[in-house]
Amino acid sequence: MCKKIISLKGIKKRFFIGKPNELEVLHGIDFEVNEGEFVAVVGESGSGKSTLMNIIGVLDRQTDGEYILDGIDVSKANDKKLSEIRNKKVGFVFQTFNLIGRQSALKNVELPMLYNGFNKKERTKRAEELLEMVNMQDRMKHKPNELSGGQKQRVSIARAIANDPAVILADEPTGALDSQTSRNVMDIFHRLHKEQHKTIVLITHNKELAEECDRVITLKDGMIINESKGGKRNGVS
Amino acid sequence: MAFLDNILLSLESLKANKLRAILTMLGIIIGIGSVITINTVGVSLTSTVSSSMQSLGATTITVQLTQKNEDDENTNQDVKIRKFADSKPSKNDLITDKMLSDFKNDFKDKIQYIELSRSTGTGTITNFDDSSSTTSVNIIGVNDDYFKAEEVEVVYGRAIKNKQDGKKDICVVSDKFVEDALGTDPKDVIGKTVTITVNDIPKTYYIAGVYEYEQETASTASKQEVTTSFYIPIESARILNGEDEGYQSFKVVSAAETDTSAFLTTIADYFENIYSRNDSWTASASSLESMLSKFTEIMNTISLAIAAIAAISLVVGGIGVMNIMLVSITERTKEIGTRKALGATNASIRWQFITEAMVICLIGGIIGVIFGVSLGTVISKIIGFSASPSVFSIVLALLFSLFIGIVFGYAPANKAAKLNPIDALRYE
Repeated sequence: MCKKIISLKGIKKRFFIGKPNELEVLHGIDFEVNEGEFVAVVGESGSGKSTLMNIIGVLDRQTDGEYILDGIDVSKANDKKLSEIRNKKVGFVFQTFNLIGRQSALKNVELPMLYNGFNKKERTKRAEELLEMVNMQDRMKHKPNELSGGQKQRVSIARAIANDPAVILADEPTGALDSQTSRNVMDIFHRLHKEQHKTIVLITHNKELAEECDRVITLKDGMIINESKGGKRNGVS
Repeated sequence: MAFLDNILLSLESLKANKLRAILTMLGIIIGIGSVITINTVGVSLTSTVSSSMQSLGATTITVQLTQKNEDDENTNQDVKIRKFADSKPSKNDLITDKMLSDFKNDFKDKIQYIELSRSTGTGTITNFDDSSSTTSVNIIGVNDDYFKAEEVEVVYGRAIKNKQDGKKDICVVSDKFVEDALGTDPKDVIGKTVTITVNDIPKTYYIAGVYEYEQETASTASKQEVTTSFYIPIESARILNGEDEGYQSFKVVSAAETDTSAFLTTIADYFENIYSRNDSWTASASSLESMLSKFTEIMNTISLAIAAIAAISLVVGGIGVMNIMLVSITERTKEIGTRKALGATNASIRWQFITEAMVICLIGGIIGVIFGVSLGTVISKIIGFSASPSVFSIVLALLFSLFIGIVFGYAPANKAAKLNPIDALRYE
């Protein structure tokens, strides 16, 4: 039996609670992700994708419902514990990369390990390995503004897996990239999935890219309206 | 997250905004710099003055006639005017020879010398070799003890002995005077006469002795310009001046084993008692030691006042740091969001920004210290005293700048720490 990494039960999220403009964005989401699964979440703008992603990434708390991440009941964690969960259990890949502009690619990849208490030597060694893995070994000392969009995203993937998280959470990782670069970035995700059996949750607009994943979950108006099997990859590994 | 990592992070972010960092530091630099400058100048001034005062003799006590304060009820204008017109002591107010001999008898063991002098002004003499040039001398009437107390060494002839010399027209001159003005060997002039012009009136003195002139090290006058002292009996000087008998001041050199500061109080009480029935005059005693402590007191007050002004500038500087930290945090909201998403705790974000504020202030403090020490050294050199900045004040200044960093960095850092990660990530 596969181990469940993410388990959401009846997740609701309301904003402006107690005010006249109170708004329920998620109306009870039930959703599970097994270890080693590559799941895509698709949906229109305003469907609640980002809110769901924030809850899965422990950046936000649900108003109602139960969320277990890698065996930890998130609703019971305090701020400090939440920081630790974000650090060790979740690897974020953002649409806008969110690299720290003043620091080199290498330093950016070291960042999660810095907060995880690795010493300088260990950090640098592992960051170099990770950058090598995403084919960025030649540009480790470059700063983000000296890198192309695709290169930046590769750095941020390296950063996401630095602490070997339970789940990689990619929010529109190809949203700011052209189709060729998007392809390259997706290939990296597939490689991580296939070769390292990483658990990945991909949030995207792009139906085609979503179809390549094991499972596609479609969100509309804060509800899951469809769940289908994917796996329609066009060759290349 | 290690402290060193925070420091490196801060340095990186300061490097990204060099001009802004320097402008922010300016307040701290000026504040710390002025404190250190004042301290350096103050320390060197105090130490030089005290060391030169020590060398002049800490065992010397000066007793001087001073006007009594017309205090409390007598402050109406009539009294003031009367007092003002009456600023010179009259014949009856002066210290008499009897007072001095009584005083000397009462404190035999404690007094080494009682030194009396009466300045008579400048006299001139035409040089032997050039009738168009003259040599000037300061004519001073002195008593016997004067030579011992002031360590005037008579090398030929003898010093003045008032008992036998009385109001005779004899003098003791410097070897330099003899060479410059008379052009003879000092040992050959004893018993010869010399005519000095005082206030256009020529006056002839017999030379009783020649003392060795010692060039003062601090003097900047060239050799030719030096005016040496021309000693005559104190009674002769009084007659020359047309003054009343008695003295306005005298000096006491206390014996070696005497506690000068305690003796000072004793003398002050002694003369206060003698003058208790005099309405407008009294005699007060002071020593270099007491003057020195007054001087130090004044210096400390001045330093404190300037330190207070500098403290205000430091607070203003601190507010500048706080302001720039707030700007920096707003600019870096997205970075803070990212860091939080990657697992930074509130505490580590807070420390990151407090460290940054501390680093700004510490660098500002270091620049300020360098600036202050150099400026202090330069000023001390201009004044002519050697500078020796105190290590304690430098350490204190650096610690204080760190403290300012913590105080003014805390609020912005806390604001950053409490940012909601989602809002921060979404911030554009």
